[in-house]
Amino acid sequence: MNALRRNVLKGAAGAGAVAVAVAAGLLKPTQAMAAWNKGAFEAKNVGDAMKGLGVSGPADSKDITIKAPDIAENGAVVPVEVTSGIAGTTSIAILAEKNASPLVGNFNLMGGTQGFISTRIKMGQTSLVRAVVNAGGKSYTAAKEVKVTIGGCGG
Amino acid sequence: MAEPMRIRATMAGDVADVKVLMNHPMETGTRKDAKTGQLVPAHFISEVTATINGAKVLEANIGGAVSKNPYLGFKVKGPKAGDKVVVNWLDNKGDKNTAEAIIG
Repeated sequence: MNALRRNVLKGAAGAGAVAVAVAAGLLKPTQAMAAWNKGAFEAKNVGDAMKGLGVSGPADSKDITIKAPDIAENGAVVPVEVTSGIAGTTSIAILAEKNASPLVGNFNLMGGTQGFISTRIKMGQTSLVRAVVNAGGKSYTAAKEVKVTIGGCGG
Repeated sequence: MAEPMRIRATMAGDVADVKVLMNHPMETGTRKDAKTGQLVPAHFISEVTATINGAKVLEANIGGAVSKNPYLGFKVKGPKAGDKVVVNWLDNKGDKNTAEAIIG
């Protein structure tokens, strides 16, 4: 019984090591990418978060569609889908305006990736969900209110 | 170590629809443990990259405000059925994971 357990453990450790090695090899491109934008993610308000992203005074755009529920019962999992119809969209950022740290994520799109991002986010309370799109060196934005019944941050 | 991640990639016309499901607790660092009252340390995926046939298509910085076991969907124009999608993530503790799928 014990010998078998040893073998199983040994096997598992071996497989783990291989996985780590493979991951290390394949992950090289990641290390070359821009470092995680700490300032923008730790910003406590929308203005600072945008500043951290290098965005100032984005223009309102009707070509950005945010698909999210009007009322989210569970703030821990709010599905959000952003579609940008703006030609040459290079990045989409998602912000939950009243979260303690509003910036949720910044997605850089390249190599044929279309202006579309779908994900699930946490929201602390009812607030605007804002998308900021960069296209052709300019910034555009749109927002949609999501009412949250039970917050999904902290607590 | 991280659990496997799942990728589904299907062609819809000339656009590849890629859906990724990662396994991760995504702790913000502001949540308190219900039993001990102590803050649960931040532990979240911070960077996600995706390539198709080796060419980068997506580079994302995300924070703890992305839900637990993050879902990410994106659409890429150009690839063909049979092309290989590779997704990597890295978290704030230096853990990483990678998975690949063939576009069907």
